[in-house]
Amino acid sequence: MAILVDKGTKAICQGFTGQQGTFHSQQALDYGTQLVGGVTPGRGGTRHLGLPVFNTVDEAVRETGADASMIYVPAAFATEAIAEAAEAGIQIIVCITEGIPLLDMLKLKASLAQYHDVKLIGPNCPGVITPGECKLGIMPGDIHMPGSVGIVSRSGTLTYEAVHQTTRCGLGQSTCVGIGGDPIHGTSFIDCLALFEQDPHTKGIILVGEIGGTAEEDAAKYIKANVMKPVVAYIAGVTAPPGKRMGHAGAIIAGGKGTAEDKYTALEVASVLTVRSPADMGARMQEALG
Amino acid sequence: MKLHEYQSKQLFREYGIPVPLGKPARSIREALHYAKEVEGQGWVVKAQVHAGGRGKAGGIKVTRSLEELEDIVRGMLGTRLITNQSGASGQPVSCVLVEAITPSVCELYLGLVIDGACRRIAVIASTAGGVDIEEVAARQPDKIYTVTVDPTLGLKGFHCRRVGFSLGLDEKQRKQLSQIMDALYRLFIDKDLTQIEINPLIVTEGGDLEALDAKIKIDDNALFRQPDLAQWRDPTQEDPKESAAKRFDLNYVALDGDIACMVNGAGLAMATMDIIKLHGGEPANFLDVGGNTTTEKVSEAFKLIVSDRQVRAILVNIFGGIVRCDLVAEGIIKAVQQVGVGVPVVVRLEGTSVELGREFLTQSGLPIITAHDLAEAAQKVVDAARASR
Repeated sequence: MAILVDKGTKAICQGFTGQQGTFHSQQALDYGTQLVGGVTPGRGGTRHLGLPVFNTVDEAVRETGADASMIYVPAAFATEAIAEAAEAGIQIIVCITEGIPLLDMLKLKASLAQYHDVKLIGPNCPGVITPGECKLGIMPGDIHMPGSVGIVSRSGTLTYEAVHQTTRCGLGQSTCVGIGGDPIHGTSFIDCLALFEQDPHTKGIILVGEIGGTAEEDAAKYIKANVMKPVVAYIAGVTAPPGKRMGHAGAIIAGGKGTAEDKYTALEVASVLTVRSPADMGARMQEALG
Repeated sequence: MKLHEYQSKQLFREYGIPVPLGKPARSIREALHYAKEVEGQGWVVKAQVHAGGRGKAGGIKVTRSLEELEDIVRGMLGTRLITNQSGASGQPVSCVLVEAITPSVCELYLGLVIDGACRRIAVIASTAGGVDIEEVAARQPDKIYTVTVDPTLGLKGFHCRRVGFSLGLDEKQRKQLSQIMDALYRLFIDKDLTQIEINPLIVTEGGDLEALDAKIKIDDNALFRQPDLAQWRDPTQEDPKESAAKRFDLNYVALDGDIACMVNGAGLAMATMDIIKLHGGEPANFLDVGGNTTTEKVSEAFKLIVSDRQVRAILVNIFGGIVRCDLVAEGIIKAVQQVGVGVPVVVRLEGTSVELGREFLTQSGLPIITAHDLAEAAQKVVDAARASR
């Protein structure tokens, strides 16, 4: 058991024949992901990595029965790719693409509200992985281990850090979700917390946040009211100066809001087990799970 | 990306938003020439820098004589203006805006911003204009009026009416406000903006609304489809190291400490700064070399951080996902050999091809201190910085 994706997930790749799409599709296949094809407009009918290529997502879904898609198309076309996937009936849409214009995401989010079963993960994220079953994204597969910790994070490499620590201490992961570093994104902390809370194989949850926005504060309120499982949280950016964008579009302290301290306070009020050092996430979870 | 006030006002004019008569000048001659063109009761000279708080810092001056105007412009051009938002070294003034004085009877605030939390565009207005709006929001929140606009519906008449009535405007002014809000919203969407701020939006002696100031920020992610605006970028207003970093597609933010760091991924880069602080050190920078790191990029990143003279030690923290640790190791070795590093370097590599990467570092014979996890790396770099101080 896991959340969002598992060994039954049938995935396609949009931007399949591009450099990124090719590399990460191969990695996904090597990991054992049930990748059933890909989409590159104009290349339909050909084969790539031993799999069929389709011109449209609609065609790919009809031919393969795919229910998930990972997207590696350039930023200028990424929201269109997401919309195409949603329209074609794909339910798990993982968008890795970085640098999508904010207004495009704003309109897309409003449009996605019509599709109740669609879950968009990202954009600007490492993707989602259920260790040993399904890898949709750019994370290194071999650091993961099937296990009991659910990980949800706004950052890519910091997710790997949490994965690495929970693997090393023998807990392993149920599913890891990178929700992305943009201010407007799909699946939220709360969506993932709700899924992890319901998933019987997830025993504890690690939440990795960062400065900017109020997603961690919202998550804290949700945890207080709805989550019984232990939650360990780390927030990056205690030392970040206000007004500076720290790499991610969403990681900025603006108008005195979105500081790491505010987020820590909110999480501690909700009895979340916070750690001040990013090196302590695994150990703290091990302690909590006894 | 930020625009200068004069650039923002040029866009306002194109969209029919009333602004005072004025022109940007880069020399005293130009300034005097424009001042004569913009005849009136006097002039306002405004230093064009990408930082707020100009008024209190002496970057906005009013005069009624051309002689004094000449002195003011001379005193501004070529200097650095230090405001409470510019950082300690200030920002260079290479351009001033010369405008006609526009007396006001009332100062308002009007702004548009993307509200990420509710996924709408927020229009924020206040009767307390002309002062720091964040302070107003903190001390007199009842003086701030916000309406949010559904991006699929767009700005409608009722949004404008709500703001107009809240601000206590008369009928003529409400009509003008609707036109201004409509234009601002179109500008916001057309140009991929993330923020517009008019502070103050004044009511003139004739009872008309006019934008006395203009601040615009553009979405960096959308610059590819806004080529005209991209050309307006003023690199002199940015930290030279941050500009250099951009050329190599690196994310760099200068800080005040003495421990430089080089990391892959924005979250891990912030976490690395935090853990340095936690172990008693002070980070000198934020530097994310990104996902698609090459040997060249690592090498350029290294050169960038060693050019900071305050740096007493360097921490390289790489968790290789797509990035291969052996390539990173090669980049470090190449950079150290090319530029020569006079301070201790602590390297923590983890992830893809880590064994090979560590082997390269050991075989290089360079005095590189290796660490196997985050906490160990932080402790070692803090100790090294202390020892080399």
